[in-house]
Amino acid sequence: MSAPANIDAPTRDGVGDSPQRPDGIGKVTGEFAYASDLWHDDMLWGATLRSPHPYARIRSIDISAALAHPGVYAVLTHEDVPGAKYYGLDHVDQPVLAIDTVRYQGEPVALVAAEHPEIARRALAKIEVSYDVLEPLTDPRKAAFDATAPALHEHGNIVRHQPVRFGKISEGQRAAEVVVRGEYQVGMQDQAFLGPEAGLAVPTEDGGIELYVATQWMHVDLRQIAPCLALPEDKVRMTLSGVGGAFGAREDLSMQVHAAMLALHTGKPIKIVYNREESFFGHVHRHPALMRYEHGAWRDGTLVYAKAEIILDGGAYTSSTMNVVANAASLGVGPYSVPHIEIDTYGVYTNNPPCGAMRGFGAVQACYGYESQMDRLAAELDMHPLEVRRINAISQGSVLANGQVVDTPAPLAEMLDRLAATPQPEPADQTDIRNLPGGAANTTHGEGVRRGIGYGVGLKNICFSEGADDYSTARVRLAAVGGEPTALVHTAAAEVGQGLVTLQGQIVRTELGIERVVIAPADTQIGDAGSTSASRQSYMTGGAVKVACEAVREMIFERAADQFGVPADELSLAGGKIVAQCAGVLAALADFLGTEPIEAVREFHHRPTQRMDPVTGQGDSHTQLALCVHRAVVDVDVELGLLKVVELAAVQDVGKVLHRNSLEGQIHGGTAQGLGLAVLEEIQVVDGLIRNPSFTDYLIPTILDMPPMRLDILENPDPHAPYGLRGAGEPPTLSSTPAIAAAIRDATGLPLTRVPIGPEDIIHSVK
Amino acid sequence: MRSRRKFEGRQPVSEQREQIGASRRTFLVGGLSAGAGLAGATMLGGSGTAVASQSTELAAAAAPPPDTRKITLTVNGQARTTDVDTRASLLDVLRERIGLTGTKKGCNQGACGACTILVDGDRTLACLTLAARYEQREITTIEGLAEGNRLHPVQQAFIERDGFQCGFCTSGQIVSAVGLLNERPDVPDAEIPELMSGNLCRCAAYPNITAAIRDARGEG
Repeated sequence: MSAPANIDAPTRDGVGDSPQRPDGIGKVTGEFAYASDLWHDDMLWGATLRSPHPYARIRSIDISAALAHPGVYAVLTHEDVPGAKYYGLDHVDQPVLAIDTVRYQGEPVALVAAEHPEIARRALAKIEVSYDVLEPLTDPRKAAFDATAPALHEHGNIVRHQPVRFGKISEGQRAAEVVVRGEYQVGMQDQAFLGPEAGLAVPTEDGGIELYVATQWMHVDLRQIAPCLALPEDKVRMTLSGVGGAFGAREDLSMQVHAAMLALHTGKPIKIVYNREESFFGHVHRHPALMRYEHGAWRDGTLVYAKAEIILDGGAYTSSTMNVVANAASLGVGPYSVPHIEIDTYGVYTNNPPCGAMRGFGAVQACYGYESQMDRLAAELDMHPLEVRRINAISQGSVLANGQVVDTPAPLAEMLDRLAATPQPEPADQTDIRNLPGGAANTTHGEGVRRGIGYGVGLKNICFSEGADDYSTARVRLAAVGGEPTALVHTAAAEVGQGLVTLQGQIVRTELGIERVVIAPADTQIGDAGSTSASRQSYMTGGAVKVACEAVREMIFERAADQFGVPADELSLAGGKIVAQCAGVLAALADFLGTEPIEAVREFHHRPTQRMDPVTGQGDSHTQLALCVHRAVVDVDVELGLLKVVELAAVQDVGKVLHRNSLEGQIHGGTAQGLGLAVLEEIQVVDGLIRNPSFTDYLIPTILDMPPMRLDILENPDPHAPYGLRGAGEPPTLSSTPAIAAAIRDATGLPLTRVPIGPEDIIHSVK
Repeated sequence: MRSRRKFEGRQPVSEQREQIGASRRTFLVGGLSAGAGLAGATMLGGSGTAVASQSTELAAAAAPPPDTRKITLTVNGQARTTDVDTRASLLDVLRERIGLTGTKKGCNQGACGACTILVDGDRTLACLTLAARYEQREITTIEGLAEGNRLHPVQQAFIERDGFQCGFCTSGQIVSAVGLLNERPDVPDAEIPELMSGNLCRCAAYPNITAAIRDARGEG
């Protein structure tokens, strides 16, 4: 960052403080409107007919009975899509409504608009779709390597194969004194946000559409929606509505084009809300992974080579599989220095549910693989798991698998030392049954309970990689309102609960030395802010707000320099006043502004990155890297298979703490989602069919599953990032899963190579 | 957002086609007041032909008009009289008929707790409750906790402890915590998680939720 931050005169509730969320009052009083709360007089309800089959040809669709149903205003199929029939986040391959083929269970086939959701549901049941059911392709390994498998798309079943070739693997294999091999699997995890997909589409008098939706990235939605509606982008005006969690699942479109089609067709506002079951079919999930790893080392623990094959099941459509593959490949050996690396990562099409973005994005799966291997190596060498990690830990100056030199602080060895020095929790008081695994459901006196300890280390890329210019845009307008200098901040960035609107206010207060900040609703009337994903919004939209503030400040100083005859470089802003180094307070900002607001719109771009070479995987593909390490302490009842995560300790380097409360919340939340993947959460897919699309059958961590956490937060600034910050939301999701799995292995002595680990995995394996 | 903008409403297709059969008006009386929650059934059409034909038969039989009743609910101390389908859940009546959308629908099957309300002070899942059975009962929703601009101590504690991120589960968490502190004003720390375990938070703000409840304990 060239311009220095205006931190000489700290302002209350600025960067580094923990002010309350500006949307907090609305959220605790029930006034905050989520997408599912939207209402419009005269609106109709939209509903979606979905394929019951994972793979089938559509012979015919008969909508006549549905259309005749009283109270129904429209029944639409692919024939009614006004423009492009396909859309997609990275690759345009997904039909708005199925045309002649359905490729996954739950694929949208037809739409209904009706006066009431119940009427819509009844009408859906009257649409008669005749299918030729086909044998689904559900084995990702077969999809990747079996030439006889049916091609689900024109270009075959491999979305992306990304090799990584670093050093010379044969040399590594010759030099290795010990070799450990393992096969690992990660099940399909769901983001399971509590606020279902929802939105409202309102037709406008100029033939356009206003869309109010819960999404992570309005501009990428817009770029997909407008062509499907055959409208220019300026006729599709999007406004962010309240977002009830995202975690990646709102990066792809869900109901946006459907609601808009129905609204254009009927001339009426359309509301669509998915119910919980439909939500499981209505968004992409985390890619399940099949992984084979081989690590070679010297007897002292030094790694000499790593070999991996990672197969990621992308399901029926591309979504973000190409980038998930890149992450799993480039971060495939984790934050370890390995001289010789050979990785092959495949993303494939199958007839399983489509998979795409979820917190951790490809790095989660690989982390589970390489961390399981590090434990295996430690066991083979009879070393402490932390020691083998410390010996191979990257630091600033190290080279990663993609050839990228780590050019900012990466104090992994220090983080491991701090974790080792963290006090251990006391043994559980087994006289209180609630402390036993399974809590009140435990039927024993704890005779079978064993305690295990495990560690996990994760490396996550922050911001988009591989040459993406994922910039953000901010408008900052400073005006005198009621005698107070007040800033209005306008961006298109999606607040999804992470606290971005809080941070925007903090940055403005720090940079402009004022107190009053108003955050305008996020919409597409301003430039792109990029996605709320990849832990990037503090960096990118935070960066955009900062540079816009700097521009406003410069304009103030230029004008003030003229007016007061003081050099601009001697001016600063503090306490709502313009201050000169020698002359003291020159003017109150409110008086100075008078009736002439000062406004700046600025874009913020991160440093450029490169695509991975398609053959070698080499290239400086990442913008920023972030580390998190976890220690898990788990009590396992080896007879009942029940377990209790007793404590999770985390050490994370965040560069700079901008808002400690929000940061800790992110670490808690990321850790808990990793816990879910370790021991609870999996979408059960059998023959392409989801068997558990409900919160009674798909279990996410409750308050009882959440253990106490010890957080140790380091601040080693990244000089390339605003305030030196590092994205923080995803790294803890990586490392908590392998740490918990390792602790269960430690307690049981079982190999347990697949997550999530359930009671049946423990009791069926214990002798 | 409630816009007053007017659009030239088109007629339902069925009216344009002068469909014969069930009187639309008769049906709509029930249709409009039926709970939106009934749409919670599967939308994966066509798989079970049995299911499909069943619904078709039901509709063909022109579904005798569902029973509606005028009921008076006492919500946040105010009497609210409205026509409801006797099958409608209290959650849908609160959200769709009375316009109190602070109570959330996260799963509509009693698994997430986002719809937690108080009935005579007791924690109740509005999605599993038939509205018509709750006349003569005191219903409290998230909108009824603050007194004017003065937040309830539990609401204040959630703000101060940052007991939420996205906030979607928060109405349910707060109402549940208020109910818990009604039941157990001196609830020991160790029992808070067990007694709050019916309320899911996917952002996992659990440590801060627990802290907020500890803060609010004894202040109610």
